[in-house]
Amino acid sequence: MNGSIVEILQIVILIGLAPAFAGWIKVVKCRMQGRTSPGLFRPYRDLAKLFSKDIVLAENASWIFRFTPYLVFGTVIIAGAVVPMLSTNLPLSLTADAIVLVGLFGIARFFTALAGMDIGTAFGGMGSSREMMVASLAEPAMLMAIFTVSLLCGSTSLSGIAGTVSGAGFIAKPSLAFAFFAFVLIALAENGRIPVDNPATHLELTMLHEAMILEYSGRHLALIEWAGMMKLFLFMAIGSALFFPFGIDAADNISGIPQAFVFLVVKLGAAGVVLVLIETGLAKMRLFRLTEFLGSAFLMATLGMLSFFILE
Amino acid sequence: MSILKDAIISALGADAQFRDDYQRPSSTAFCTVPKGKFAEAAKAMKKSYAFLAAEWAAEETPWFAIFACYRWREEYLIVKAVTTMDDPSFPSITKRYLPAYRFERQMHSLMGVVPAGHPDLRPWIKFEDWPQDAYPLRKSFNTSKPLPYEKGEYRWVRAEGEGVYEIPVGPVHAGIIEPGHFRFQAVGEMVVNLEERLGYVHKGIEKRFESMSWQDGVKLAARVSGDTTVAHSIAYSMAVESMTRCAVPERAHWLRALFLERERIANHLGDLGAICNDAAFAFMLYQLSYLREIMLRTNHKLFGHRFVMDRVIPGGVSVDISEHGKKEILSELENILKNFEKLIVIYDESSSLEDRVRDTGRLAPEQARQLCSVGIVARASGLNVDCRLFNPFPPYDRFEISVPVLISGDVHARAWVRVEEIRESIRIIRYILDNIPDGPVSTAIENPAPGLAGFSAVEGWRGEIIYWLQSGADGSINRCMVRDPSSVNWLGLEQAIPGNIVPDFPLCNKSFNQSYSGHDL
Repeated sequence: MNGSIVEILQIVILIGLAPAFAGWIKVVKCRMQGRTSPGLFRPYRDLAKLFSKDIVLAENASWIFRFTPYLVFGTVIIAGAVVPMLSTNLPLSLTADAIVLVGLFGIARFFTALAGMDIGTAFGGMGSSREMMVASLAEPAMLMAIFTVSLLCGSTSLSGIAGTVSGAGFIAKPSLAFAFFAFVLIALAENGRIPVDNPATHLELTMLHEAMILEYSGRHLALIEWAGMMKLFLFMAIGSALFFPFGIDAADNISGIPQAFVFLVVKLGAAGVVLVLIETGLAKMRLFRLTEFLGSAFLMATLGMLSFFILE
Repeated sequence: MSILKDAIISALGADAQFRDDYQRPSSTAFCTVPKGKFAEAAKAMKKSYAFLAAEWAAEETPWFAIFACYRWREEYLIVKAVTTMDDPSFPSITKRYLPAYRFERQMHSLMGVVPAGHPDLRPWIKFEDWPQDAYPLRKSFNTSKPLPYEKGEYRWVRAEGEGVYEIPVGPVHAGIIEPGHFRFQAVGEMVVNLEERLGYVHKGIEKRFESMSWQDGVKLAARVSGDTTVAHSIAYSMAVESMTRCAVPERAHWLRALFLERERIANHLGDLGAICNDAAFAFMLYQLSYLREIMLRTNHKLFGHRFVMDRVIPGGVSVDISEHGKKEILSELENILKNFEKLIVIYDESSSLEDRVRDTGRLAPEQARQLCSVGIVARASGLNVDCRLFNPFPPYDRFEISVPVLISGDVHARAWVRVEEIRESIRIIRYILDNIPDGPVSTAIENPAPGLAGFSAVEGWRGEIIYWLQSGADGSINRCMVRDPSSVNWLGLEQAIPGNIVPDFPLCNKSFNQSYSGHDL
């Protein structure tokens, strides 16, 4: 029973707080660049604005184009239900492990790429092809990083991993360190952050993710933007669940939840600052440098796995 | 020193008739050649390593005159040929000079003269939906009557083959910039060909000049390209002043140079930030924009306009600077230089940024030479050209300046030329403020006499701006030819892109940062 409540609570937090997290990143970034920020709540106002607008739909848009925003939004919510943010005691985590999680993001990406090509504009196709190139390199690396952690814990369930790692106390293991670095690189690529993609650009020719969704407007765009914020939030939550799981409630009771929530907010706040430091200090890479970037993520994850077998 | 003049005489002999009573200033050589020898003159010029600075047509009822202006170091030479109204053709010089390709298309579209032997006579600047025989620069063109709509088609250059696809970009862009259309032919991410299509901000400026008074013309010149308002005003004013042999007060010259260098610094600061921002290094954009804003506010405070628009007039300038103003500029510059140097260290030491700007969008020196590039683009590609140095207009003939020339021709080179020019301009401004002579800042100027031509070349922040003014038989403006540096440098961008990947285009484009308005006129 408690599990279901936590489950619902997690999803509410994900949907409700993801824009605030995006706003937090913006606030810190503006400070870092020496200008005043639009405030923590700007993303909420942006979403409200988009929801109040009409949809402009291309004449040749098929059902894929209309269906994709809902699908993307839905998959991220399902993903949110299996990532232990507040508690490891999640009923749904039995149904989906880390591999399914990667698959969920894969489905969302697959449909977004189809929608990008559906309209038939040059930018959409360009964005889809770039996104799939990134995906083909990022997904194996992501699986590899998760496998490394799974080996340590003997389970691919995220709840299981978080439970084991936090139960063992904080021990610096080389395999975990390698996997963590790999995960950071992948998180940057998966969420289209600098140095892989520039989420703030208006230059269509340089876009990866944004180029696919250029034709979206109104509530469609709002859903996709919102899902994007949730995905970023979720990646930070996955990172903290896998590598810094302290604070996550392991017992099946509600009383530990407020404390877990405070931990979550603090960890995300810190993660946001680190993300801004990376984004402010780096320029965007040349497109074909991405293979090296994601290749090194894969290499890191592989080294983590090797060091597990050799050292641990 | 008259290498070009000698070359023309030895190639054409008596066919080339030099006149020294028509073209002013007299340092600009002027000769008339028979129509058939127009291309031969171009050949002789090419042999002397001259650059083609501009090519244009004017209606001198009852005939059309075709002009080509050549430059070699400090020497300018204008060659004129005359063609009849019944048969308005002349030999094309595109085969000798690549920039003539655009100039002649433009002349053909707007004046209706026919460059014989030109490979591509698609309309340029004029749109295909205009009637084919509407030539706005002709005197017979009625500007008050709307033109009928005619359905036309613009044929694009197309690449064919498996995997080749086309990306149309613009004319309306996502950023707040001017309109222009770029069409990429790409294989995967590799650009095979880039074709530019400009003319979306064609305002009929050259035609409008003809109905203005000599004094009012400077206001229009100030608006040819808003970010270069000072340089255009100076160029127009100098052309008028050379026609009337007006002695501009010395202090006015120095003040003009002050405005010009301030314009250069402000624009270069903005450009450097924008280049970094296109590589997603937004920090530099905000910091450099802040420095630029300081300059604009000082301009507003001291000279009454953020861009110092309309402060340069024929005969001098309309504002003066006080001792207090001098001190204010000096302390402002000290502040800017200090912060600027800190930022440049960040630019220089950021390896991820360096990876983006090095070797990207390379315009090789030999390409720049063929395209007769000017200004920052030319100086980043190994061409040592700068009117302040080679054709020094006062006060640049009073002191030494150093001009940076780099040879790599990539985005970094174009950025670094700007960095060096900011440093040099700050030095020049300090020198100007220390040495500016006292006296009046303007003098009365009369209207030029009929039947004269005036020429001026001024180094704006983008590069050499050329004005050529001609007075008609009634003493009014018969023709005002404006050659913004963008008119030639847009070709450079087109040539620098093939071989680069599609997502690098915005970065390359920003490093050229040419004016659409100055090109479309």
